[in-house]
Amino acid sequence: MSTQPVKADRTIDARGSYCPGPLMELIKAIKEAKVGEVVAVYSSDSGSRRDIPLWVNKAKHEMLGIMDREGFAELVVRKSH
Amino acid sequence: MKNVLILGGGVGGTIVANILARKTSAENIKITLVDAKDKHVYQPGFIYVAFGNEKPESLIKDERKLLNKRVEFIVDEATKVDAEKKHVFTKSGKVLDYDYLVMATGARLNAAEVPGYEDAFHFYDLESALKLRDALKNFNQGKIVIGIGGLPYKCPPAPSESACQLDYVFRQRGLRDKVDIHYLSPLPRVFPIESVSPLIQKVMESKGIAVTEMFNIETIDPKTKTVSSLEGESIQYDLLIVVPPHRGAKIVEDSGLGDRGGWIPTDKHTLKVKGHGNMYAVGDCTDIPTSKAGATAHYEAKIIAENIAAEIKGERLKEYDGKVRCFFDAGFKRATTISFNFDHPPKPIPLSRHWYWGKMLVGKLYWRVVLKGYG
Repeated sequence: MSTQPVKADRTIDARGSYCPGPLMELIKAIKEAKVGEVVAVYSSDSGSRRDIPLWVNKAKHEMLGIMDREGFAELVVRKSH
Repeated sequence: MKNVLILGGGVGGTIVANILARKTSAENIKITLVDAKDKHVYQPGFIYVAFGNEKPESLIKDERKLLNKRVEFIVDEATKVDAEKKHVFTKSGKVLDYDYLVMATGARLNAAEVPGYEDAFHFYDLESALKLRDALKNFNQGKIVIGIGGLPYKCPPAPSESACQLDYVFRQRGLRDKVDIHYLSPLPRVFPIESVSPLIQKVMESKGIAVTEMFNIETIDPKTKTVSSLEGESIQYDLLIVVPPHRGAKIVEDSGLGDRGGWIPTDKHTLKVKGHGNMYAVGDCTDIPTSKAGATAHYEAKIIAENIAAEIKGERLKEYDGKVRCFFDAGFKRATTISFNFDHPPKPIPLSRHWYWGKMLVGKLYWRVVLKGYG
């Protein structure tokens, strides 16, 4: 996993989303994305750092990076299949 | 005279119309609401049709009677928005002009996105809730599986709530030991909201509800009675309940106003449609990363109505802070309440009868208080 910035095809600002939360926003975006596209999610939910890599790993997509931003995290995922 | 046109007579559109009618003068603003149907349906009641004794007719009222008399109500299907010319076209051939447009067009159920869906039940419309109720009446033993067929969907807590309602139904019938209940969570926890999830997990454990996490339903095989996930797992069922995939309204897609899922890109604070200064969006139709629920539309609608009135008067606008307040009924007349905004996650509140009766009271007050914009 990289900590370098990666250019995303789509960015979802899920800051302040507690229900359904950033991971559901990501799953939705990954389902809509084309194979190879990169999706970035902004999350202010501390649980996203655990949840999102867990799901990405289980769904066999690629976790490209988790970057610390001012007051939130940017999590970047590539749709692999 | 300014024309305010509202597309959709659900909870969001109805509250916007009623508050605007109260806050403005008929000499300055004409308010028109368009909906393809003349009936208003209380959707949070569907779960009690499927799993309880709620009568469908108690969930339906004439939209005209719920609207302020000043609001012109047109029963017609809005088919296309021309944002440049500020026109809306309808199925019957009308062309409606507007100065301010409020998109309150809701979400569409699109079960066909999941192959094999014909073998599943759901409770996201009245007809389907009745079919599920009948199927459950005839179900005496076996495995019931509940899952989610696509994201986003309305009322994120509803599927886990329905698992608890199933437990309640079969315990009342004395059949719980013959019925397995298996909940498929799309997330790595049982409940969408992290801070409340441990509470709901304990509730589900105490009821003996099995949970498989990170199971987003992709296909159903009616022949083998197997449901499979996009994460690569499969589970067998005897009776299957699947939240159908949702999309934005057809008019949104036909007007080029939506994203890939047909949801309208909307500023989460101003509630204006991005790139359109005179267009607002409320409720399920937006792409705002919050619950698609009446409990969200209710609070958004108040801000939109007040801001349209303020814009016309040249006053300062308010911002939506993400306020949502809803309930989770765990069965046996015990519930919790969930309240949060963009800055403050909800705190877990223990189950009690108090919150169960609170949920029931909101259902009663919905027609006379919430929809009028007083609540």
